Amino acid sequence: MLTIKNLDVEIAGKEVIKDLDLDIKEGEVHVIMGLNGTGKSTLLKAIAGSYETKTKGNIEYLGEDILGLNANERATKGIFMSFQNPIEIPGVNTVYFLRTALNEQRKSRGEEPLSSPDFMKQLQEKMAFLEIDKNILQRSLNVGFSGGEKKKSEILQMMMLSPKLILLDEIDSGLDIDALKSVAKGINALRTPQTSLIIITHYNRLLEYVKPDFVHILDSQKIVKRGDASLAKELEEKGYEDVLSS
Amino acid sequence: MSAEVDNIIAQEYTLGFETDIQTEQAPLGLNEDIIKFISAKKEEPQWMLEWRLKAYQKWLKMDEPVWAHVHYPPIDYQSISYYSAPKQNISSLDEVDPQILETYRRLGIPIEEQKILAGVAVDAVFDSVSVKTTFSEKLLELGIIFCSISEAIKEHPELVQKYMASVVPMGDNYFACLNAAVFTDGTFAYIPKNVKCPMELSTYFRINALNSGQFERTLIIADEGSYVSYNEGCSAPMRDENQLHAAVVELITLKDAEIKYSTIQNWYPGDKDGKGGIYNFVTKRGKCLGDNSKISWTQVETGAAITWKYPSCILLGEHSRGEFYSVAITSLAQQADTGSKMIHLGKNSSSTIISKGISAMKGSNAYRGLVKIRPQASHARNFTQCDSLLIGSQCAAHTYPYIDIKNPSAQVEHEATTSKISDEQLFYAQSRGLSEEQAISLIVNGFCKEVLNQLPMEFAVEARALLSLTLEGSVG
Repeated sequence: MLTIKNLDVEIAGKEVIKDLDLDIKEGEVHVIMGLNGTGKSTLLKAIAGSYETKTKGNIEYLGEDILGLNANERATKGIFMSFQNPIEIPGVNTVYFLRTALNEQRKSRGEEPLSSPDFMKQLQEKMAFLEIDKNILQRSLNVGFSGGEKKKSEILQMMMLSPKLILLDEIDSGLDIDALKSVAKGINALRTPQTSLIIITHYNRLLEYVKPDFVHILDSQKIVKRGDASLAKELEEKGYEDVLSS
Repeated sequence: MSAEVDNIIAQEYTLGFETDIQTEQAPLGLNEDIIKFISAKKEEPQWMLEWRLKAYQKWLKMDEPVWAHVHYPPIDYQSISYYSAPKQNISSLDEVDPQILETYRRLGIPIEEQKILAGVAVDAVFDSVSVKTTFSEKLLELGIIFCSISEAIKEHPELVQKYMASVVPMGDNYFACLNAAVFTDGTFAYIPKNVKCPMELSTYFRINALNSGQFERTLIIADEGSYVSYNEGCSAPMRDENQLHAAVVELITLKDAEIKYSTIQNWYPGDKDGKGGIYNFVTKRGKCLGDNSKISWTQVETGAAITWKYPSCILLGEHSRGEFYSVAITSLAQQADTGSKMIHLGKNSSSTIISKGISAMKGSNAYRGLVKIRPQASHARNFTQCDSLLIGSQCAAHTYPYIDIKNPSAQVEHEATTSKISDEQLFYAQSRGLSEEQAISLIVNGFCKEVLNQLPMEFAVEARALLSLTLEGSVG
């Protein structure tokens, strides 16, 4: 699904990732861990197509080189990234934003727009599933949302857009245990043999609910250690210094 | 996000076409003879001519104001033609020059029969003379007078003499005084006691003849307990010369009356180097004469090379209310100095100012506002919110709020913010599937929402489209 080769990424003139390789097959869940400032978010931004990142090397998604594509073109092809700090857009209500985004993606793929009743029906089902309070729909996107609401709103958007490659940047930070369960439920609902995930996290607790196939540790601009789910556990118990020196 | 966006925004002005019709034009320059010529052309009564000449003498002694945050080469008032009119004398639509009708069609001006369904009465001003007024008869049944100001001067002199210049005095400012001397046409509306005008009244202005300044004069009077909503929309053909536009608008509300005045201003803005474009120096002011009366200004300013405009309210009546909702966009090399004045004289008078300034490319946007609470205006209230949005790194936003309070019971609030459309916001919206232009349009529309919500529905749709068009590709 996703093949990254010899990837260099610069952000704000600073080289953050150097010569990184990563291969993700359909249906796999990959976790990336690492100390703060090691370039985890930067990697996701480079895959999603942020303005901030300057890239060199290769990112192939479903057999296509996507480095030349805009973020919206990548989104239309099924790449979704949830933000560590979801961005506020004052004056734009959440339901309007979501519907515009969804129909824009459908239009780009040559599909008919979803009708209002169909859209609302889907939306309400998913909100009930995620236990999201209805009042967020009419509020401006992410404005005045609590930490939990912001993260749940990201998962709601993800579910509505039904992506193939899901990039989650610290989706679990700042969540209470109930919200964490809702978020995990949303993620698992989207897991199919055709979807793949990259999850950035500092904690093992989300991984209790979303079982990873691979865990990578990012340090000194590249992936320095790879393992399975047990690596995340080991990290939590021993810390980076011990794990990396062993 | 690259330099190519400059090309997109510099795309041809979509309303930029020119109708070639024979115009009867006054020779260039301004003197007493020209004013006599204008007055004679319009078959005005003697009192009107004398008033114009008095204004002219006053204007000669005045200086052009320099305090606004705008820069432009000196205007040569002697190189402007102060009168141009389509030649024909028209009594029905059939007699209207087909080219004019074509112009209207391309502008989407609702003068055709079908527009009756839309409930819009149109006083279409082509250059300086009203060509056609529709719906007047229907309105007359209700006692509503809706006609050109020239007609009103002849047909309703008692109303004109009573109210004209009662809000904007002849010598109020340089441009208003010039207008008083040379105004060519404009709109007049009178809503009688306890009548709610059943349709939106609207006028389209259009500058057309080469080198002809446009000096509109509008007077709207809402008698006791009446209501009217008036829409003013502008667009102008593309051309290189700078064109001067100095309009005066006066609104008067008596006891319990309300006027809602909405504007979409889309004059030719000039090019990205500041060449061409309309100079728009406008004096708009309303007077809430009666108790519980209300005046509400809503404006969406997207065009003109220079905008100098402060729709204001004088709140004389007790519990009278003034409102100002504004979106001003400056892109290319446009400059705007705009805002509002709320003058509180009546007890318990209240006012709201919501101003949204958007600057892109090399645009410069200044908000200038005055909230004045006089000693007799006890328990007056004002709320002002003044937000600026910057797009790119070459544009500018300035805020000049003045507050002058002479009564201790006043309650005045001022809020201001300045923000920038960030790469992060754009990336966020794009990562959900919106294109860059859609993302900008969404963010800008969100930013302007409170103001756009004030517009009548059809106008709001037009305004949204205009905002997106104006800012297309302005992120670089």
